[in-house]
Amino acid sequence: MRKNVGRKIGIFLLLKGLRMLTLLVAICFISFLLVKNSPIDPIQAYIGADMLKVGPEQREKIAEYWGVDQPVMVQFLNWGSALLAGDLGTSMIFRRPVADVIGERFINSLVLMLTAWVLSGVIGFVMGVVSAMKKDTWIDRIIKWYCYTLASTPTFWMGLLMLIVFAVWLGWFPIGLGVPVGVLAEDVTIANRIEHLILPAVTLSIIGVANVALHTRQKLVEVLASDYVLFARARGERGFTLFWRHGLRNVALPAITLQFAAFSELFGGAVLAEQVFSYPGLGQATVEAGLRGDVPLLLGLVIFSTFFVFAGNLIADLIYYVVDPRTRESRML
Amino acid sequence: MPILEVENLSISFNQYTSSFKQNNIQVISSLNVSLEEGEILAVVGASGSGKSLLAHAILGILPDNATISGTIYYNGEVLTASKQASLRGKEVAFIPQSTNYLDPLMRVGNQVRTSVKTGDATAAQRAVFKRLHLQPTVENMYPFQLSGGMARRTLLSTAIVSDAKVIIADEPTPGLDPVVMKEALNNFREFADNGCAVMLITHDIESALTIADKIAVFYAGTTVEVAPVEDFTGDGEALRHPYSKALWRALPQNDFIPIPGSQPHPSALPTGCLFAPRCKEAILECGKKQPEMRNLRNGMVRCIHAT
Amino acid sequence: MIPSLKVRNKEESRFFLNRRQRKFITSILSAILLVTVVVVGVLLDEERIATNLITRNLAPSLDHPFGTDWLGRDMFARTIMGLSLSVGVGLIGAIGSTSIALILGMAAATMGKVADRLISWLIDLFLSVPHLVTLILIAFTFGGGFKGIVIGLMLTHWPSLARVIRAEVMQIRSAEYVQISRQMGKSKWWIAVHHILPHLTPQILIGFMLMFPHVILHESAVTFIGLGLSPHEPAIGIILSESMKYLSAGMWWLAFFPGLCLLLIVQAFDRIGENFRLLMDPTKSND
Repeated sequence: MRKNVGRKIGIFLLLKGLRMLTLLVAICFISFLLVKNSPIDPIQAYIGADMLKVGPEQREKIAEYWGVDQPVMVQFLNWGSALLAGDLGTSMIFRRPVADVIGERFINSLVLMLTAWVLSGVIGFVMGVVSAMKKDTWIDRIIKWYCYTLASTPTFWMGLLMLIVFAVWLGWFPIGLGVPVGVLAEDVTIANRIEHLILPAVTLSIIGVANVALHTRQKLVEVLASDYVLFARARGERGFTLFWRHGLRNVALPAITLQFAAFSELFGGAVLAEQVFSYPGLGQATVEAGLRGDVPLLLGLVIFSTFFVFAGNLIADLIYYVVDPRTRESRML
Repeated sequence: MPILEVENLSISFNQYTSSFKQNNIQVISSLNVSLEEGEILAVVGASGSGKSLLAHAILGILPDNATISGTIYYNGEVLTASKQASLRGKEVAFIPQSTNYLDPLMRVGNQVRTSVKTGDATAAQRAVFKRLHLQPTVENMYPFQLSGGMARRTLLSTAIVSDAKVIIADEPTPGLDPVVMKEALNNFREFADNGCAVMLITHDIESALTIADKIAVFYAGTTVEVAPVEDFTGDGEALRHPYSKALWRALPQNDFIPIPGSQPHPSALPTGCLFAPRCKEAILECGKKQPEMRNLRNGMVRCIHAT
Repeated sequence: MIPSLKVRNKEESRFFLNRRQRKFITSILSAILLVTVVVVGVLLDEERIATNLITRNLAPSLDHPFGTDWLGRDMFARTIMGLSLSVGVGLIGAIGSTSIALILGMAAATMGKVADRLISWLIDLFLSVPHLVTLILIAFTFGGGFKGIVIGLMLTHWPSLARVIRAEVMQIRSAEYVQISRQMGKSKWWIAVHHILPHLTPQILIGFMLMFPHVILHESAVTFIGLGLSPHEPAIGIILSESMKYLSAGMWWLAFFPGLCLLLIVQAFDRIGENFRLLMDPTKSND
């Protein structure tokens, strides 16, 4: 029986992996075509402010280095094979390998996103549960109103409000940058990092709560109207016991799955929050790469964010597969 | 004295009938029924006549948009909402129709154990499973893994372990093969013989007749007749209401004559006797006012003609 | 009758309107608000946002309800014009995206298994990169500006509506009355026009209305980070990103009011879409 389940998950992962592979190749190809056709001259973008100091021969050399003169297909294959070898190229802005830049920035973003993800997940779930258990009371109305308003709130505006209130008016937090200006990297304390993390993380959590809460509310309302809850009530169960025995187990799974499947929005939110708070993460790097025409970095980030989203979706699917007895044990009989 | 008595019960729902209009739909109207200890009462009627709501009303688990009026007595006392809440699962047990009523993510053994109110839950659940010939492995299964018969017995075992005095079973027989069905029905008889009161809500008049003591005939949201089971015999001449007679004659082993017309929809009930539009004996007076339920020959009837 | 057993319906007592009628009225009010903003935004004269160095950096007052900026421009006028622009760009983006969704959804449902597979793969493709990253990539490709943002918006919002349309068309196609029409020898076009389109229209309208707020929010986000509309346009994203420089100087009104108005506009659209869906959906009739 165990072996059977193990094999099923193996096949499932293999199929998912194959699909992911086709998607990834397509995304690489399309992104590559898109950036190649952009009006931004990669050489100029690379040289940037040094334009005047660079002679024609040097330009030639750079063009050769980037392979700009070759046909697009050849360029793509060159780029693709380098990619397979783990070489994402060199970032034009940072003058460092793209993989290094992404690696370093990802740690920063991960701390931010993870904090926001956990906070919004837990708070949103609790709000959704309270709202559904107290359906049609004032507390339900308030939670629903809050969620609908939050769902239409621009993330970056919420960030600006936080800045105005907590950084400008109250002066509790620094206005920007992941670390204080003028302090060496080694001297940055954990307390410093946390200080710069709080506002963006809270901003992302405030916005992220809406989706989980509304989804959980709706699921729990459905569960509470289900036949099995009716039967549980007929057997004398009610209130918290009823929720604990039947509500939680039927609602937690969809909520957790939803949180994992929402990695895409999380990433988008992080882009905006990092921009507002000048937090040196992946999102800010994406914006910089786009604004300043850093093609290798932009491509690297597209690929990385695809992996990130896919990881979330895969975990969501796996959880369903492993935890839900209906899929886990369906072949047992 | 009856252990459970329902007097003049009406249930209506508030629903949108078009985009903007709300309407009250009367699903059960002035229903009367009573239940004695040691007795099986079968509430029989066509599907969609609102029979299940009767069970839900007794247990106090109707949805929020339901409006109910009337009185229910339990052991001679008026049954209030708080009283209902304290009786549910302890004194009054409910046996639902299908596996949909079991939590899909909880092992069935666990679900049966939650119904045990006193003593060792696991022991009680295992004993009942054994008594109902359910394999010990069943307790670790999830509802979707149960066969129809296993599900039925699992649902039944929740009622047995609860030690309730009143058992209300909603459509316990459809979808069962004859052997399992006979067994299920025998279980109800056993309950009654042990002093329980059993209310069997079903559209399956044939199997109801094999075990019930009294039959309440349900039509368009109300009971038109309550008769001892012995009256269902011959041509149905002992029966009191034209609908019961027609229902009896419509059975395959009798004349197999279908009743012309169809049951009125709850939103378009006739003003007088609910059966009048389909009744051969209907006269002008039948269409004016709904007849009261009255006692007649050891039973009850809601018809001005019945003698 | 026992009072404790009687469950009174909450809806009955409140006012004389039921929930559905109230929803209908809020939808109409929201629509009026939207139309007013757009019309006023278009009619507003450029004069209102001309540089006026005498009235610089004013906090909100009766003359300038949203204050003025560092060039003395009236923030209220800028905001209204920005909203009008946002609604316009959102409209183009949402119409484009709805068309893509309609075409692909119909194709997936009617053109056989291969097309269906291909389109579902395409949907996965668009869902596997974060929306904002896709938008940045597309905006980058077109060198920023109006064209880039509009194409980006069109290309990123169709997947979920395409799924809805696909499911809907498949359901209609298998319905009995369509089968009968087919057996009676009606052509594919006849069936599409007489059976499928009438059922699809409300779905498309609802999908369109619910897509709108997302499109507007994404437009302002991309403009905010500097890859969308050009800095010369009076867009909300531009206003907010400019305001960042002045926040530390305490000029909170530069960010507060424009953002709040954007929020209200987005919510108005969301309300209309959501209410419309509830009114059309018979299964939710008792909510």
